[in-house]
Amino acid sequence: MKHTVSVLVANEAGVLARIASLFSRRGFNIESLSVGKTDNDEISRITLVVEGSDRVLEQLTKQLNKLIVVHKISDLTKESVVSRGLALIKVKATATTRSEIMQIVDIFRGKIVDVASDSIMVEITGNEDKITAIEELLRPFGIKELVRTGKIAMARGKK
Amino acid sequence: MTLLTGAQIFVESLYKEGVEIIFGYPGGKVIPIYDVLYDSKFKHIMPHHEQGGIHAADGYARSTGKVGVCLTTSGPGATNLVTGLATAYMDSVPIVAFTGQVPRAMLGTDAFQEADITGITTPITKHNYLVQDVKDLSRIIKEAFHIAKTGRPGPVLIDIPKDVLQEEAEFVYPNKINLPGYKPNYEGHELQIKEAAKAINESKNPVIYSGGGVIISEASDELRELAKKANIPVTTTLTGLGAFNERDELSLGMLGMHGTTEANLAISNADLLIAIGSRFDDRVTGKLDTFAKDAKIIHIDIDPAEVGKRKLVDIPIVGDVKRILTILNKVVEEKDRSEWLALIDNWRKLDEVSQVRKDKKKLSPKEIIEAIDELTQGEALITTEVGQHQMWAAQFYKYTKPRSFMTSGGLGTMGYGFPAAVGVQVGNKDSVVFALAGDGSFQMNVQELATVAKNKLPLNIVIFNNGYLGMVRQWQEMFYDRRYSSVCLKMQESCPPGCSSPGDHCPVTTPDFVKLAEAYGIKAKRITKAEEIRPALEEAINSPHPYLLDFIIEEEENVFPMVPPGGSLDNMVLKEEA
Repeated sequence: MKHTVSVLVANEAGVLARIASLFSRRGFNIESLSVGKTDNDEISRITLVVEGSDRVLEQLTKQLNKLIVVHKISDLTKESVVSRGLALIKVKATATTRSEIMQIVDIFRGKIVDVASDSIMVEITGNEDKITAIEELLRPFGIKELVRTGKIAMARGKK
Repeated sequence: MTLLTGAQIFVESLYKEGVEIIFGYPGGKVIPIYDVLYDSKFKHIMPHHEQGGIHAADGYARSTGKVGVCLTTSGPGATNLVTGLATAYMDSVPIVAFTGQVPRAMLGTDAFQEADITGITTPITKHNYLVQDVKDLSRIIKEAFHIAKTGRPGPVLIDIPKDVLQEEAEFVYPNKINLPGYKPNYEGHELQIKEAAKAINESKNPVIYSGGGVIISEASDELRELAKKANIPVTTTLTGLGAFNERDELSLGMLGMHGTTEANLAISNADLLIAIGSRFDDRVTGKLDTFAKDAKIIHIDIDPAEVGKRKLVDIPIVGDVKRILTILNKVVEEKDRSEWLALIDNWRKLDEVSQVRKDKKKLSPKEIIEAIDELTQGEALITTEVGQHQMWAAQFYKYTKPRSFMTSGGLGTMGYGFPAAVGVQVGNKDSVVFALAGDGSFQMNVQELATVAKNKLPLNIVIFNNGYLGMVRQWQEMFYDRRYSSVCLKMQESCPPGCSSPGDHCPVTTPDFVKLAEAYGIKAKRITKAEEIRPALEEAINSPHPYLLDFIIEEEENVFPMVPPGGSLDNMVLKEEA
């Protein structure tokens, strides 16, 4: 089962390395990871997606908690959350295919952020499924380059 | 406002922490510290290898309960700490290790004697720091000592660039610690403790499985009270030896791979297992599915990550062992368990059978350790290396008090015991200290003979000399068809290939330990006959000087009982096959 875990950590040099090395030495595979500052300059938020049973997740949470730099861990898997990822996709485009691509982007509420003579760069945000769906639709045109961020997530409402 | 240099702040901070002894080795990047140490009040013990220094700090910490402090230079000085840090980390020993580092401007340039020691030691320290600003130094030292000794203790490393040691700042030692991510939980959950008491009161065949955590938490008295009040037999792990007086009738000795028959069979037949400050190590449990298979399990530990890590637990209690046992003892009922104890007594007799050996001509390790036991009445402080002699020391010496057996349990570090004994003797000037070693592992940090000689430490060094890396040889004998690959310390090119018949005809290639000790000015004696064992030990114990005793023991003596790796505890090999 996939788990989404949100970890608040001290915003210091080397913190990400501590987290990552804990994962590798305990044999946990990170599927996606994104990190950035919070509204508090001293704290960063790491959002992790990991695959594993509840028991694996429990052990992982406890091990993460042992790190002095970790302030708080929440498992968002069973929460009601908003989660998003971002992708930039550079897709081949010719005079004849350009409008078709733009239509697809429009349906997915993506943005065209760059146009060149033979390609278009698309920005798309959303959950994993949505990004994968547009990726599949654009693939026949020829994807030149693609970059995806890890997932970020936040619990809804009061939490 | 008086300004102090980083090096002066280092020294002042250590005074504030009540440090008395530093195990340190000088080098280019820590000269500013050594310059200040020149006028300081610290006792400074210089090992002859940084690894020796950190093991000494470890032995000091384990035997005194204080934080061990060691200091090295950057690069190779720092990397030589790796084994010692990993050893201390696995056994939860509080150490603060200071390393010098290249000046900040040279960080990351592959400068002379630069190593990313915080990166290297992240997985084997409880926490570590690279000091980037002299203004942070005193706060970091305060935090490091706090982290090292609280919660589940462990080693903390502080890496200080040379220019930070030379820069100046006002010396302020913080009163408070602000570590929002570090909040060890000491109080056990009250309902869980009640639940545990209920389970203990209802159980017929309970066993206490007590680990190193009981010693760390200073909870031996509480453990004894629990065992005595409720009549529960106690088995301890290797690092837990001494937490419960082994001369007590409720003591089962050690459990696990080389545990006693009664301990392992008691675990296998228990209806309740009370695990205290122990972590279900694989050398303890053997095959996990069959470990305490019929027992309900209570697990008391300060580290939540240990609870349920290897074995699912029925009643987990996270917190300080001493505090939890104090509460638990109030609600546990007195109970007669004579039937269960009688059953255990029968198993005890099986053990005695397995340990009788009559057919061998050379010295038996059992005789030697039992002589040490009798002469010191379980009062000596004992360190070991790793291997057969370590297991014999665990089996045949009857430890009576906590902090009397210092051994590398988790990491299994050959080369630990002898330097650790340096720290033990330095921290316990008036105690009789024994450093037990095999002829293989003694050579791993043999250079510390110089430290012993120089500091006139009245250590009793005992070598169990069998010409082999004995434990590996035992495994090769039992599981690899006696193919003695690279375990013979006497092996030379002229030896017949595939030799598995060592003996007196073999060439001597291990050093003559007696001459070696004498080369350092240390008294030494070789013992080959049974009647010489006691007089030699008495002479060493009574001597105010260091003494090395080289006991020539049976080459192919094995450690029994043994649970074959991956086997079940109730399926022990009790003795040599005929």
